[in-house]
This record gives sequence, structure tokens and C-alpha cells, in this order.
Amino acid sequence: MNAIFEGIGASVRRKEDLRFISGRGNFVDDINRPGQTHAIIKRSDRPHAKLISIDTAVAKAAPGVIAVFIAADMEKDALGGIPCGWQIHNKDGSPMAEPPHPILASGKVRHVGDPIAVVIAETRQQAKDAAELLDIVFEDLPPVATVRDAVRPGAALVHDGVTGNTCFDWHIGDKDLVDAAFARATKVVKLDLTNNRLVPNAMEPRAAIGEFDPMSDDYTLYTTSQNPHVIRLLMGAFVLHLPEHKLRVVAPDVGGGFGSKIYHYAEEAIVTWSAGKLKRPVKWTCDRTEAFMSDAHGRDHDSTAEMALDAAGNFLALRVRTLCNMGAYLSTFAPAVPTYLYATLLAGVYKTPAVYAEVHAVFTNTVPVDAYRGAGRPEATFLLERLMDVIAHDTGHDRVALRRQNFIPADAFPYQTPVALNYDSGDYQTTLTKALEYAKWDEFPARRAAAAAKGKLRGIGISTYVEACGIAPSKLVGQLGARAGLYEVANVRVHPTGSVTVFTGTHSHGQGHETTFAQLVSDQLGIPISQIDIVHGDTNKIPFGMGTYGSRSLAVGGSAMVKAMDKIITKGKKIAAHLMEASVEDIEFKDGKFSVAGTDKAKTLAEIALTAYVPHNYPIEELEPGLDETAFYDPKNFTYPGGCHVCEVEIDADTGVTTVVGFTAVDDVGRVINPMIVEGQVQGGVAQGIGQALFENAVYDDQAQLVSASFMDYTMPRADSIPNILVGTETTLCTHNPLGVKGCGEVGAIGSPPAVINAVVDALRDFGVRHIDMPASPQKIWSIIQAGRPQMAAE
Amino acid sequence: MPSVTLTVNGKSHTVDIEARTLLVELLREKLSLTGTHVGCDTSQCGACVVHVDGVSVKSCAMLALQAEGTDVLTIEGLAAADGTLHPMQEAFREHHALQCGFCTPGMVMSAIDMVMAHPEGMTEEDIRHNLEGNLCRCTGYHNIVKAIAAAWPVMHGKELVAAE
Repeated sequence: MNAIFEGIGASVRRKEDLRFISGRGNFVDDINRPGQTHAIIKRSDRPHAKLISIDTAVAKAAPGVIAVFIAADMEKDALGGIPCGWQIHNKDGSPMAEPPHPILASGKVRHVGDPIAVVIAETRQQAKDAAELLDIVFEDLPPVATVRDAVRPGAALVHDGVTGNTCFDWHIGDKDLVDAAFARATKVVKLDLTNNRLVPNAMEPRAAIGEFDPMSDDYTLYTTSQNPHVIRLLMGAFVLHLPEHKLRVVAPDVGGGFGSKIYHYAEEAIVTWSAGKLKRPVKWTCDRTEAFMSDAHGRDHDSTAEMALDAAGNFLALRVRTLCNMGAYLSTFAPAVPTYLYATLLAGVYKTPAVYAEVHAVFTNTVPVDAYRGAGRPEATFLLERLMDVIAHDTGHDRVALRRQNFIPADAFPYQTPVALNYDSGDYQTTLTKALEYAKWDEFPARRAAAAAKGKLRGIGISTYVEACGIAPSKLVGQLGARAGLYEVANVRVHPTGSVTVFTGTHSHGQGHETTFAQLVSDQLGIPISQIDIVHGDTNKIPFGMGTYGSRSLAVGGSAMVKAMDKIITKGKKIAAHLMEASVEDIEFKDGKFSVAGTDKAKTLAEIALTAYVPHNYPIEELEPGLDETAFYDPKNFTYPGGCHVCEVEIDADTGVTTVVGFTAVDDVGRVINPMIVEGQVQGGVAQGIGQALFENAVYDDQAQLVSASFMDYTMPRADSIPNILVGTETTLCTHNPLGVKGCGEVGAIGSPPAVINAVVDALRDFGVRHIDMPASPQKIWSIIQAGRPQMAAE
Repeated sequence: MPSVTLTVNGKSHTVDIEARTLLVELLREKLSLTGTHVGCDTSQCGACVVHVDGVSVKSCAMLALQAEGTDVLTIEGLAAADGTLHPMQEAFREHHALQCGFCTPGMVMSAIDMVMAHPEGMTEEDIRHNLEGNLCRCTGYHNIVKAIAAAWPVMHGKELVAAE
């Protein structure tokens, strides 16, 4: 038994922290390779233009310049374009439009930030200086700035041949059933709303180093990725046509991802290919402004939602139409986000018997849009939970009672929704009850009155949500259009003296896997976490796994570890039976010891491991030496975390400034391995949700220029704009994975935005406000207050 | 090419640099002190904060030549020679004040300066206000604020009484 409990359920301090607090992290930009050159990407400052000519002569002659490459140079090598990993089919069964996505712009630029050329020099400054000397002649084309612009009759086409800028026009649910329910409804409540466009802004800008070894013909790419094997597959097989055994992808310490580092980006292919051309390492590090115009953005939906109700306030049917932005090109998983990660969540936590959703995805002259923390589920949750409060507003129902009345009850699981998903477990009444209790909901009127006495408008709001993560069953996602399997893999290597290294296909970029997974191994194998190392992020070390996103690492990757450890224990029992001359059936494994049932005979894991590697006295005829097992785990279903978030705000009526004065999150994330880490994940997610609701907005002007392209213009949440966040957990176990875990990485960002807006609308209830789109900026709120004041005075 | 002479983490260096070199570039590229990070290009994020003559400075907003003759302390120089962590480093680990770790060096350096500059005590609001120049995308700041409040009494050798 361990002296200190550090297994499942312990708030163990993180193993990875020492290197980060000491300045010894190993991020991509910290890596420098011998003979390294530096790349600067020349990007379009035009949203939409023909590329008439690119004169590189002056730039090539500039001091220190080694090479300048444009699309034509890559075309000579017949390189592929950037592939899309998910194919959606239209309502009529035809495949989505999938226009070419060249590495460097060819013939036309399609968004501000579209890469046109790469300049490679001895130093970064030299490359930067030379990039200014490129002479590029454009012929401007009319830009398409928004989803509404894209579908306007006569709109310019982002891609020739993509009619109406439509990527796909997709639907889900039973339209006839929904129409029939609307026909018999007593009341229909309708809401138009947008889900604002966001920039993920991980604090570490993206970076990549390509390297080529002419002795072995091997390529290495160091990159800021959440999934190095996925990058190796996509870039090797589809773009550079490199066989995988000749390509190593390393994603070392990665400074946050939030989805934005899932995708295969052009710069990865550029540095790898260029390194092969130049026979020298090529390093590229993104500037922040460059990141704003080249990292995939998130959200950007324009929706109409309608709920049909009976006289008692029971939901009869939900109808949703969503127009969503793909940006200028299809990023790796973009088509999956507004479809299978969004519309399938529109049943939410409610027993609405019929749901029908139409999703129209369009191209615009903007940066590609893809998954950002929550990916589709925050959009679904915002729509539903705003709609709940609007229904309450329009019908006079109490917003808590309305939700409770329509919740899927705790005894109804497994629950088949009308939009494909089958929820395995949950208890929405309990998470709501606990959240209201922790947030002191009942005492709110007194707090509102106290605020009013100080001249402040105080409001409170809730959001009750479910999400689908732990992605995902390979066969199912294959049917839905994924061009990948979504299993995970673990290799558990017990060393001869009993310490353990686990090689995982998942990737940690802030989640604390080195600790959580070590706790899991400690729990199962009965050894201290100091004896366990978790290795990730290097395709030459780890088996082919799919990486980290969609809160999948523990539910899918952890389950693979459990399976591998089961194999270790099964083999260990056979070795133990041999050593102790007992039958295998009589061997028990507990707390790191194999013992013979009913006796005091026992062997430690270390003794068994040593026997396995020094097999002098060993059942060599039946058993291979060694104690090293790999397992792949393909999940049986998504996992379904859910919960309730409560937000309390105060608004300064003179300035329109909203202050979040309280936030309570009670989430059901399944079994919790490390409560400290779960709490941190929820707090960070909530901060991003508050950011979306109140501050953040990626703004394009009507000419499709990105106006908010720096931290001076894009409002990031800061320490004084986020409150302390009270986190509680209420657990129902996932029923289909061995640990009962669901996932905690995204719940904060999914549940929180509507709670904040519901609180803001509540604070402004005397001003006749029904809905406010995000971000609820001071200007927006101040205008509402100004417009509402005469009305208040008149009353 | 001009040269600059300065002390970094107790060690004197004379380095030839281009005049336009920023202090952060000198630290990262010439002295291989990669613990100091660059997270933006507008001096907003604070990932590059170091101490120059005992005061926190965004090293992306200072030319290396301006550091002539100064004494610079980076995250790498914070722990004692025997590896004993600074109380602020210890507090960040104890209170789970970091996730991806990218903003952490700048946060820790800012936090130390903030605590030293407020011997009279700090409220939570003071700490949050003083963290305005440092962005973190992972933690939601909750645990960073907690860590700084916890390091204050250790660094000042007395109980933290909130300043009024």
C-alpha cells in the first residue's frame, strides 16, 4: 500500500509543474536545431483577390536570404492540398463541396492571412525584412464578410464552382413529426440568435520546425500539436506524400490548444518540405497578430430556434435553422462541428419528443472556422438555454420550474434522443438543485435589493446542459463522415525493477495527464506515482493514437490504459502462479502484490517483472518473456457530462459595464481521478465562457478585414474580469467505459455562456429586454439602458 | 555590431547584438534562457516578464541595449543554488496555479514584484488588479490569485492582513 494515498480521487500535486515553474519547459519555440534557418510566411492583406504576379527577385537577393518559395514551386513537386478529415452529405445525399485548400495560395487569395509565400533566411529578422521586399500584384475581388453576405443573391463566390458559397445544406431529425407537433401546439416561442465568432488564443503561439536527415532520408517535424500522429498521417499521406516510417512528428510541451492545435496547418507542410529542399532545419514561429489571422477560429453561427409547447408548458417539438461559417477553406474537422457535435445536442437535457434541425454551412472570405473548446456543444447549449429563458419570459413560467418540468428524469436512462444520441447516464434535477443551493439562489432577491440601493442592476441566470464527448466510436463516426478512427491506444511497459512507463496516444497541453494518468496506473498497479512516467507527443515513441480533443483523453485513452494494465495483471498472475507453485485461479492481485489466496505467499509486481525479463525460472513454453502490453480501446458510445451553471452579475447603469460577481458550476463529469485538476479545468473553461459572453469577439468589417487582430483589439478575459469560480461535482458514472469517467475539459466553456447572458438579461428585466447577443459589451448594455430609461420613468 | 554587457541570474555576459534586438530575444536566442516566453507582439500578455534591477519589466518592450549594466533576473535564476524553490514557485505548484505552463514564468515574475511592492498587504482585488498585465488562457486566474495570496505571508514573514 502506498504511504500517501495518490490513487483515484486524490488531489495529487502535478508531476509536470516543476519544469514549468522553473523555466525548463520544452516548447517548440524553445527548440533550436543545428544549422537552423528561419521562415517567415508572407500573408495576404486582401480578403479576396486574384494573384496576378509575385516577383521574388529582390527578396531573394536580400541579405541572409536562402530561399523564397511560392505555390508554383510546390506544384512542381505535385504536393497535395490540406485535407479535410470529415465529409458531410447534403439533404439530397450528395457530398459537401470540398474545394481545394492549397498550402500556399494559388491563383487567388481568399482571406486576410492566406499564406502566399515563404521566405527563408539565416535569421528571423532577415527573413522578415526580405518578406517586405516581395512584389505582389493583386486584383481585388468583392469580398464575402459574413454568413449573411455569403447567401445573398449575387454574392461573390469564394470558390469558383461552389454555387451560392454553400459547403453543405444538411439536416437531422424527423421534419414531419416536428411540423405536426407545431400544428397542434398551444404556443410557439421563437428566438433569433447568433453565436459570436471567437479566436482560441492559446498563450503559446503556434510554431513548427522541419528537419531532414540526408543520411537516412528521414524527416522530423516539431510542432505545436494536440495530436502528432494525426498530423503525421495527414501531412505524410495526403500533402507531402512521405511514407510514415520516414516521418517523425514531435509535439513536446504545448502551451494550450483548446482545439486550435488539432488541425493540420499549412506551415507544418511548408517547413517540412522546405527542410527537405534546403537540407537544413527550417523554423517558423507565429506572431500573435499572425495567429489571429491563421489559427482556426471558433463558433460563428446565426440561428433561429422555435419551440412548440402545450398549454401546461411541456415541450412538444423544437425546430432550428442554423447558418454557419466555414471560413475560406475547410479546416481539418470543420464540417463535423456544426453538425454532429452541435445539432445532435439540440435535445439537450429535455425530453422534447421531436427535434428537427437544418444546418447550412457557407464559405466566406474569413479565416477557417473549426472546433474551439466545446466545439458545437456550446452553440447548442447557448441556443437551448437562451430559448428556455425566453420561453419563461414569453409564457410567464418560472425559469427553474420550466426546466425541471421538461428534464429527462434520472430513471429514464439510457435515453434515446430524437437526434441520434443515446445518453447513458445523468441526473439533471440533482445538479440543478445543488447548483441553486451553492449559489444561494433563494436569497437572491435580497442581494438584488442591496445592489439596487447602491445604484447597481443585479441579475442571476442559470444554464442546465448536457454535452457529448469522449469521442468516439470509430464505426459510428465513420458512418457520420469521419475519415479517421477515434479509438485510443496505450502501451504499458513494466521495467525489470518494477517502475512503469506508459506511452499514450493522447497529448497533454495543460490537462495534467502526467499526473492523472500516473494516478490511474498507481491505483491499478499499486505502485507510487514517482515510479510512473507518462510519455506522449512523439510518434517515434508512442503507438498510433489519435490525440487529445473532445474531452477524450481519460474516457478513451484512460480506458486503453486500463485494458493494457489488465493484460499486465493477467500475465503477471501466470508468472506468479509458476513462481509460487499455485494455480492461476488462486492468484489474486491487490495493492501491487500477487498473492496465493488464503496463504501469506506473495510476490511484488517488481519481483514478477524481474522474473519476466530474467526468465530463468519461468513458464517459457507457454509464456513469452517481458512485461510490456499494448491495448487499443474503441469507445462504445460518447460520454455525456452534464450539469448546471449559475451566474450572478452586477451592471453599472451609468457605464453599462457588467461585473460577474458570482459563478457556481455543478458538473457531472463521471468518476473524478484528481479533484484539483478537474476543478482547474472547469474554472478555466468557465473563464473562456465568460469571455465569450461578455468580452470576446472576432470582428470582420464589411470589407472582410479582420479588425480585431491583436490583444489590443480582441478582449481577452483578465484577472480582474473573472470572479472566483465555485466548482462542485455530482457524479453519475458513465456506464460503458471501465472507469465510469465522462470528461471535464470542455464543460466549463459549454455550460457557462448562457448562464452569463441569462443573468445579464435578468439584471435588465425592467428594461423590456428579451434577448442580448454575445458579447454583452458595455456599449450594447448602455444603449439598452438608455433606450429603456424613459420607459422606466413613465411607469 | 554594438555589444551589451549585463548580469543575468548572477552571471555577467557581454554579447554582440544587432541594435534592434529586444531584451527577450537576447535572453532566449543569445543566452538560451528559454524560460522567458513570447506570447504576443503588443506587450499585452506578460509571458516575457523578467526583473531588471529588481523591478518587473516586459522584456519584449525593452531593447537589449537599454539593459546595459543592469542586473536581470529570469525564471531560471529564481530557485536557490541547491534547487530550493522561491516561495512563489512553491505556491504556484501547491495551488495548481498553472496548467499548460506557458504564461507561468511571466506570472511568477510579476507576482513576486507585486508582493514585494505591497508590504502593507493586499486584497484579492489588489492582486487581480495587479495581474492586469498578464494573460492566462487556462486557469481562469482563480488559482493564480490564490497562490499569490498564499505566497505573500511567506515572502514577508508575517500574516497577510488585507490592506484597506
